[in-house]
Amino acid sequence: MSEPSVQFVDLNGEPCRVWRKGAGPALVFFPGHGGMPKWIPFLDELAGNFEIIVPSLPGFPGSGGLHALDQHMDWVLAARDMIDGTGIGANALIAGSGPGASLAAEIAALWPDTIARLAMIAPWGLFDEADPTTDPWSAKAPDLGALMCADPTRWEDFRAAPDGANSVEWPIEQTRALEASARIFWPLGDTRLDRRLGRIKCPTLFIRGDADRIIPASYGDKFRNRISGDVTIENIPGAGHLAELDCPTETARIIAGFMS
Amino acid sequence: MKHLWFHLMPYTDLPDDFREKHPSVWVDIDSKLFDPQRAHHMYNDFMDEMEYAADVGFDAICCNEHHSNGYGMMPSPNLIATALARRANPNTMICVMGNSLALYDPPMRVAEEFAMIDCISGGRLIAGFPVGTPMDTCYAYGRNPSELRERYHEAHDLVLRAWTEPETFSFNGRFTQQRYVNIWPRPVQKPNPPIWIPGGGSVETWQWCAEMDYVYSYLSYFGYKAGRQTMHGFWNEMDSLGKDRNPYRAAFLQFVGVAETEKEAYELYREPAEYFYGRCLHVDPRYLAAPGYVTEGTQRAGLESQLARTAQDTRAAMAVDKSAREFDAILENGYVIIGTPDQVAERLREVARDLNVGHLMLLLQFGNMSKDLVNYNSRLYAEQVIPQLADLWEGWEDHWWPNPMPLADRATPNTGIAAE
Repeated sequence: MSEPSVQFVDLNGEPCRVWRKGAGPALVFFPGHGGMPKWIPFLDELAGNFEIIVPSLPGFPGSGGLHALDQHMDWVLAARDMIDGTGIGANALIAGSGPGASLAAEIAALWPDTIARLAMIAPWGLFDEADPTTDPWSAKAPDLGALMCADPTRWEDFRAAPDGANSVEWPIEQTRALEASARIFWPLGDTRLDRRLGRIKCPTLFIRGDADRIIPASYGDKFRNRISGDVTIENIPGAGHLAELDCPTETARIIAGFMS
Repeated sequence: MKHLWFHLMPYTDLPDDFREKHPSVWVDIDSKLFDPQRAHHMYNDFMDEMEYAADVGFDAICCNEHHSNGYGMMPSPNLIATALARRANPNTMICVMGNSLALYDPPMRVAEEFAMIDCISGGRLIAGFPVGTPMDTCYAYGRNPSELRERYHEAHDLVLRAWTEPETFSFNGRFTQQRYVNIWPRPVQKPNPPIWIPGGGSVETWQWCAEMDYVYSYLSYFGYKAGRQTMHGFWNEMDSLGKDRNPYRAAFLQFVGVAETEKEAYELYREPAEYFYGRCLHVDPRYLAAPGYVTEGTQRAGLESQLARTAQDTRAAMAVDKSAREFDAILENGYVIIGTPDQVAERLREVARDLNVGHLMLLLQFGNMSKDLVNYNSRLYAEQVIPQLADLWEGWEDHWWPNPMPLADRATPNTGIAAE
């Protein structure tokens, strides 16, 4: 697994990291809760068919400027600006996980004519009191892995400091990434995205691991019923909330098939 | 030396098996445990205890703010403070420790209510501005931890301007926008009531207190031994900022139990101490660390000191254990000081000198103590401990104490007691 190339897009005077790898149609992937501290096999799988582009929004690993953004609109515009900063043209293919999936959906809703296809893994953005999502910010640190992944060691390995990492700054960066999700989605994860879903016209894929402890199964229909474009729902057996960590090959295969 | 009598207002009927059967005293504490008719008696007992403390000679009585909390039944300390402002001894100051600024929307509400209390009390208010715990602010009240401190500082600026600017003004903040800010009433104390900041051990708070000339109040439940590192850090920071070591820059919280004999003190205060440290501090750890609540500067300092401790095991061994629940360990770790008046006075003199603290905030009610026991504790402390410490900090002036109207100019509230 080779490393991606790195570029930085300036947002509000702060450099924000963008990873790119592979050749083929450009596919943007907005990472999930905790961001993308490391390049992972899931991204490599997609890089076999696409030029995979991974923006890291302010506060997520590799990017500064977290506290410059307040309103939800600030975050949606930041996500849009990062896509534009990477030079993606019209008919973009965009995907994301959790918070990243929610922002990808916002882009598809606000600029529907520029997005060709949208893939969401366990998207945040809705909250149903009768079938609530789980609070992702109140787990004890040792319990967070089991909340995020069916196999907690995948989360732990994902966030463990690699050799040579700064032993003070690495854990601060991981906490900052959780704060970044909180800054956008606290306390319920509900950004009133439901009011805008009807503006999404493009074919849309909804992926959920059947062991997801954050987003209930009923949310697939909630998205499908509101989105104007065709929505395909895919369940991934054995995957938790971060299906891209639990089942990288299967998740990448489904996304690649949908985008192709 | 100032002695401030502090009440947390704990629910006193948490069951014996609370730790075993309930996950948390805070945030999602089981509401079925709350009996409003018992709470009626608790609130009235608590306020009696505070009024008694004022009568026997404490310099101030203090209340604070907690939400969804079984050991702190004061979601609105301003209600309690207002009742005390009417009924408590007029020579006693009213310390509200305090209002969590970031929870009020618009924060002008704090400026208004504190101004009301200052007017009703004739200028006796100490205005505390805590950031608030993650349990209170982020989980019980749903405030975004990533914005909490930014909201806090903006709210502080708005409250201060609301108190001090003579004209109606517009406020265009990041989180609060108001075309017309013009509070009515205005505080008696000019330019504003003294401001005290309850804080943990963050260097940013120390620096801010120094910059704004506010009192730093370290409100820990773990006593003077655990507080040494923090208070010494505070004073070292004051030194580096060129501030004097006036002990009245600081306040420190300490649990105390006084009795006629050492044996009696041990017997009287064992159960309430174990109630407090066993049941009241039974907080589900999942509510302790909302991401973004702890500043990165404080995280960095903590991680660096962890690394340093790992390299130097002796320092780790010296750290005070904060998990004690048995009385002997509670005493050994210094969470609670008990003894005869002479013993308590001697110990508090050492504590005040070591921590260089001019404002002692005393928890003489803790856990499930009865009103009789609380008043006994308060009376012995006031009559036999306070006089022994009267010479402490002679020569230092307390610039952070309320400046009330002269007693002769103040109203005499009709409490109904005089008519009896």
